[in-house]
Amino acid sequence: MIKEYLKFVIVGHVDHGKSSLIGRLLFDTKSIPQEKIDEVKTVCEALGKDFEFSYLMDYLTEEREKNITIDTTQTFFKTKQRDYVIIDAPGHKEFLKNMITGSSLAEAAILIVDADEGIKEQTKRHAYLLNLLNLKQIIVVINKMDLVDYQEKRFKEVEQEVITHLNKLNLKPNYIIPISAKNGDNIATKDNNLNWFQGPTVLDALDSFTNQFQEENLPLRLPVQDIYEDMVVGRIESGKIEKNQEITILPSNVSNKVLSIKKWREELDLASYGHSIGLKLDDIQVKRGQIICDKDNLPQVVNNFKATIFWMSSNEIKVNEIVSLKIVTQEQDVVIKKIHKLMDSSTLEEIDGDVIKETYIAEVEFKSDKPLVIENYNKIPEMGRFVLIQNEDIVAGGIIV
Amino acid sequence: MDHLDELENKSIYIIREAFHDFKDMALLWSIGKDSTTLLWLCMKAFFGKLPFPAVHIDTTFKFPEMYEFRDKYAKEFNLNLIVGKNEEALKKGVNYQDTDTFECTHLLKTEALKQTIAKHKFKALLVGIRRDEHGIRAKERYFSPRNKDFKWNYKDQPAELWDQYKSKAEEDVHLRVHPLLHWTEQDIWEYTKRENIPVNKLYFAKDGKRFRSLGCMPITKPIKSEADTIDKVIEEIKNTKEAERAGRLQDKEQANTMEKLRSLGYM
Repeated sequence: MIKEYLKFVIVGHVDHGKSSLIGRLLFDTKSIPQEKIDEVKTVCEALGKDFEFSYLMDYLTEEREKNITIDTTQTFFKTKQRDYVIIDAPGHKEFLKNMITGSSLAEAAILIVDADEGIKEQTKRHAYLLNLLNLKQIIVVINKMDLVDYQEKRFKEVEQEVITHLNKLNLKPNYIIPISAKNGDNIATKDNNLNWFQGPTVLDALDSFTNQFQEENLPLRLPVQDIYEDMVVGRIESGKIEKNQEITILPSNVSNKVLSIKKWREELDLASYGHSIGLKLDDIQVKRGQIICDKDNLPQVVNNFKATIFWMSSNEIKVNEIVSLKIVTQEQDVVIKKIHKLMDSSTLEEIDGDVIKETYIAEVEFKSDKPLVIENYNKIPEMGRFVLIQNEDIVAGGIIV
Repeated sequence: MDHLDELENKSIYIIREAFHDFKDMALLWSIGKDSTTLLWLCMKAFFGKLPFPAVHIDTTFKFPEMYEFRDKYAKEFNLNLIVGKNEEALKKGVNYQDTDTFECTHLLKTEALKQTIAKHKFKALLVGIRRDEHGIRAKERYFSPRNKDFKWNYKDQPAELWDQYKSKAEEDVHLRVHPLLHWTEQDIWEYTKRENIPVNKLYFAKDGKRFRSLGCMPITKPIKSEADTIDKVIEEIKNTKEAERAGRLQDKEQANTMEKLRSLGYM
């Protein structure tokens, strides 16, 4: 069970140095082809600027001209220990959906804070979202130590500020590291400028993290994705499925039996979570959106349920407005019956009212005319998270807790 | 589940989602290693029978070995092959010698694709691009809408999370679906080796040179290489400092060319 890549996201307030840190990581691990460095040099010269590390990630003309990251992007680098995928996420409030798109793929996160400015609006918002996205391996880097003369005192102040805020979210960072992305201090190597710091470099901290695997022994959940002639296809979201196994299909609550398991030319006796397979069943009255389950361990089938949602569209939603909900392959019109709590995702202050707006977090109660098959997010994450869709676009994500 | 399994299963999931959401779709098969891997994954997803056509956008300036490869495997995989050309531009004699690379690529590839989509009314296209190929492709989504002018609105891309994608397209919009977005060049070769996927011989070294990326003959240059087997190719990629598309002239010429090409609808 060896996976060769660890995917991590870099988040934080605008201008605190996310793209620069990535540029530095790539540069110090010698992961950039010379051609890319030359291309960036050419562009920088054309714009009359010094070499910008951030241009290695910020590829759009507008990103380069304005020195901001608009969209999430991914790149690859290697340490002696393993390969990494770095996900860069934009720091502007307007690009929150891009930040979430990137972060939802990560197994670990670096939260970057400017040593001079301390924590800001997006630092807090991103920290909250990391928590919601279930990211538990976190490094906080205090960047731009060069701007504060590498003072330990200033580091301690910002560190305390960070800890105080993260405590409110029940978020415990694994490491808090002072760095200078610009000068390369504490990224790949220890440096004299920060010799008072006893902890690891950023690369050492990353190397200490592990790949996130699904818990073993979870019950079978296989959402039906499609039907090809007499073949039911889908991906096993949890557990495993065996030939001749008796299964229950929800929400219709019908018993069925697995006659064969196929993967193109292969016939399998057993398949486990993560695999996209085809099944021949005893009874072929099955359709997309139904969930094939372990008959002795069934999920909840509900019409009403509570969830926490985060809104990432400039469109708003009101109580009792119809919205489309997608959870695995289930898609259903639902309404928000009640808002239990409405919050600003940065300040965490409660907001009055019954309109959910961009960047708000809401604890809500959903009502659906037709039953939905769900799980608690902490038990089987794949079955406990969903998106909301308005006018063909994903406008919010949510978790069931 | 190992790394290649993980890549494969995610791609198959995406291909099946695309087919569920958009029945009028096609695989864009450029005859290169990536789109051939994608073709292989489609064969897996649909148990050996592709339920939609494979489209080859033919500039007529491809390598003879590419046409050979196309015709051989189109037959072997029993594909419904559609060859799309910008006949009007070709009649006018547009070519890489007399027209600049940017314009020629635009006319013979992007415009030809536009005409093919319009003719067959495709709502979605499977395209084998990867994030590690180019910084601008790293910004892509798995399901990426293009409007009727083919424009990629990269400033306002749809949110994607937890394998939920944009599943409907407005009138006049088509979706580019990118099931290989999370693969690297090395992944492609390791998977090609494991699965024994057919490989065009142009990728293997002959007389000290091989092609690392395939395109139109006049604007695609080979690299110096002694890698004449798949194992040697993998070893070479692991150690190279050169960019994969270094031999593809249309990407360069001026700063941000790739962005301009892509915003006009290039793959």
